[in-house]
Amino acid sequence: MTSPHTPGVVAHRLDAATLARNFADVQEPFDHHEARVAADRCYFCYDAPCIQACPTAIDIPLFIRQIQAGRPVEAARTIWDANIFGAACGRVCPTEQLCEGACVREEAEGKPVEIGRLQRHATDAGMATNTHPYERAPATGRRVAVVGAGPAGLACAHRLALHGHDVVVFEKRKRPGGLNEHGIAAYKMPDDFAQREVDWLLRIGGIEVRTGVALGRDLSLDDLRRDYDAVFLGIGLQGVNSLRAPGEDKAGVRDAVEFIEGLRQAPDKGAIPVGRSVVVIGGGMTAVDAAVQSRALGAEVVTIVYRRGQEAMSASHHEQDHAKHEGVRILHEAAPVEVLGNGAAREVAFRYTETTPEGLRVLDHGFKLEADQVFKAIGQTLGELPEGLAASGGKIDPTRLPAGVWVGGDCAPGGEDLTVTATAQGRDAAESIHIHLTGGR
Amino acid sequence: MASLHTDFVGIRSPNPFWLASAPPTDKEYNVRRAFQAGWGGVVWKTLGAEGPPVVNVNGPRYGVIHGPDRRVMGINNIELITDRPLDVNLREIKAVKRDFPDRALVISLMVPCDEESWKAILGRIEDTGADGVELNFGCPHGMSERGMGAAVGQVPEYIEMVTRWVKQHSRMPCIVKLTPNITDIRKPAEAARRGGADAVSLINTISSITSVNLDSFSPEPSIDGKGAHGGYCGPAVKPIALNMVAEIARDPATRGLPISGIGGISTWRDAAEFIALGCGSVQVCTAAMTYGFGIIKEMTAGLSAYLDDKGMRLSDLTGRAVPNVTDWQYLNLAYVTKARIDQNLCIHCGRCYAACEDTSHQAIAMSPGRIFTVKDEECVACNLCVDVCPVESCITMHELPPGTVDPRTGLVAGGYANWTTHPNNPMARAAE
Repeated sequence: MTSPHTPGVVAHRLDAATLARNFADVQEPFDHHEARVAADRCYFCYDAPCIQACPTAIDIPLFIRQIQAGRPVEAARTIWDANIFGAACGRVCPTEQLCEGACVREEAEGKPVEIGRLQRHATDAGMATNTHPYERAPATGRRVAVVGAGPAGLACAHRLALHGHDVVVFEKRKRPGGLNEHGIAAYKMPDDFAQREVDWLLRIGGIEVRTGVALGRDLSLDDLRRDYDAVFLGIGLQGVNSLRAPGEDKAGVRDAVEFIEGLRQAPDKGAIPVGRSVVVIGGGMTAVDAAVQSRALGAEVVTIVYRRGQEAMSASHHEQDHAKHEGVRILHEAAPVEVLGNGAAREVAFRYTETTPEGLRVLDHGFKLEADQVFKAIGQTLGELPEGLAASGGKIDPTRLPAGVWVGGDCAPGGEDLTVTATAQGRDAAESIHIHLTGGR
Repeated sequence: MASLHTDFVGIRSPNPFWLASAPPTDKEYNVRRAFQAGWGGVVWKTLGAEGPPVVNVNGPRYGVIHGPDRRVMGINNIELITDRPLDVNLREIKAVKRDFPDRALVISLMVPCDEESWKAILGRIEDTGADGVELNFGCPHGMSERGMGAAVGQVPEYIEMVTRWVKQHSRMPCIVKLTPNITDIRKPAEAARRGGADAVSLINTISSITSVNLDSFSPEPSIDGKGAHGGYCGPAVKPIALNMVAEIARDPATRGLPISGIGGISTWRDAAEFIALGCGSVQVCTAAMTYGFGIIKEMTAGLSAYLDDKGMRLSDLTGRAVPNVTDWQYLNLAYVTKARIDQNLCIHCGRCYAACEDTSHQAIAMSPGRIFTVKDEECVACNLCVDVCPVESCITMHELPPGTVDPRTGLVAGGYANWTTHPNNPMARAAE
């Protein structure tokens, strides 16, 4: 019988009931009355700062007023008009860095209107009607290829379908959804929510999803340009950064994104092995998701180590607090210099760092942490690009695209790598494609 | 602690807070609980004439208007006068008065509009030892269809007639309760005074439909798919009540007539405002129906503390604001104020801007960084920005120092000049 005390990387540290509890919905949904009360706190600001802070520019005061007036389904429509992934965003957006961070009540009293939870309330109500709220415009006869069935690609596909174009979405993985399906902690989207949302989105019609098809392997950009009237690329970031420290190849050292994806797709979470002592290296949302889920699987000691100070962490305060609440220790200003161990990881050696005007400096003293499992969460990269595309600043260069090709999402520059940003870029690319195909008529 | 002892037309009570004639005062059990909680007085729920009691509906009697988080802003009722036998009520009144001799116990009455009916009941009230009677000329629903309640209160001649009968056949203090469902509240008050009333109490409830059910298309409260208008009360009616009280307090024909103030009193502050407008006692119902009798402790402690803070006795407060209630024509047109926005308190919501730009005088500028400032040359000092600002004291009105030029009008502020002498007034009189 394994337990959190069992050494090594093992499965089934916790019983099924505990696991179910640990991976249950992390966000408490509002009931009807709570939502009305929360909605009443909105001041309906003029030219509201929350709208400006939302990458998709949802008319937040309007949808909140619709909740307040007892029409959450219409509120959902307001959200979806700007952001077709509004339901996912209500769950996973780092709202404290976006809408809620800009809320005037944050400035006034440090307690913003709970926009994220209200958005979830509305979209849950909208999805519960079991209908799709949009009807397609008359068919244009135009066909568009979308590569990547993540938020960017599907937002683009939905908007194109809305305008009457036919869309084929090519997806490398077995399931559509992109990072919503594969890259976000399971407790943020329980009950197969990401798939349900994709199914709901596809109900608009006119979108064919072909999974298991990879650009560069199964088809080329030239094929797509030849066969379709336009091409949208929302291929995300395929590579991960390496530690560039000795011992990185030892057993027990993994990419956090791969661990997170494995957990999301596992029918039985308990079957996923996890270390007794886990060290996560990084300071973003991926680091937090890997660390918290390690604890949820029963890891006894989980430590996030970030090479810069706390203020530089890209994980939101809310995420950091959540990690600490779940028993994750967060250390700052320490860089990994070596993974130690005889074949399998046993310890990670760190050295302290300091931020200087010339950049980060690694000092000559440090510490070691016991670790039978090490997760690397130090950023994702474009990886190898399909032929015909050029990179610039770690993203696909949008100024050097072949004619008839658009790009959006994490693989494109602009904004943070978030579901909401990808959705905005996919939507806007669709509008641009629509104008290109029809002259805006 | 300032004493709250009250002597209202000879009726003494340890504080001016009485429970109004209403469901909370319908029977001994409730009234005992009220007195035990500390209420200064009770106006017993309206008694009718001898005979079979009235019957109430057996569906909902109350409708409600909710604020955020289901805060009760107003209640509407279609309950009638007491539906218990007269004998039972009288026996209970006597028992309560015996046990609480220091409290005010006033009996509300509503009997048919003939002298014999009034004469008959008055004798029986006197036998209970109650301190006085209140004539219910206000109830707007049900009883008014039978020629009683508001049906009497809307005809000043009837008020005068019935009041005279009551004073003729009883030595008890007589308070006439007025209906607000009338054009000019001063007329029934004058009639009550002519009839010999010791005091008036107001306001009774306002005829109302609280809401319409958009599925069944019945007004609420709905009785088997139909609704009748009820009487509206609670915090929502307070401004209406304050104005009616002030009208009576300042009119030469009714000035000095004691007033028991009623209408949405929920805290000590509401009560203090009614008292400042001339009320010698106040009556509460909706707040007690919402929160129970325990609120009396906040009311008495708050009023006492306020008086202490001001160094006043209760009698100093009574009527203190009446001289400052005037007609519009006497308001000082040379008094000029401008809105000021405190940038340290501003949370940049822009509600002042939206209100002013869309619905008022375009007197607020919006600058980069969501900075909102007042344009003095456009500001008419309407106060809407102050009203809609969610931050207390963030926007305030400041008087232009006398002698300075108002950049909006080019006129010098200060001094006193009202409409009666204004050149634009065709009826203007030359200043004397």
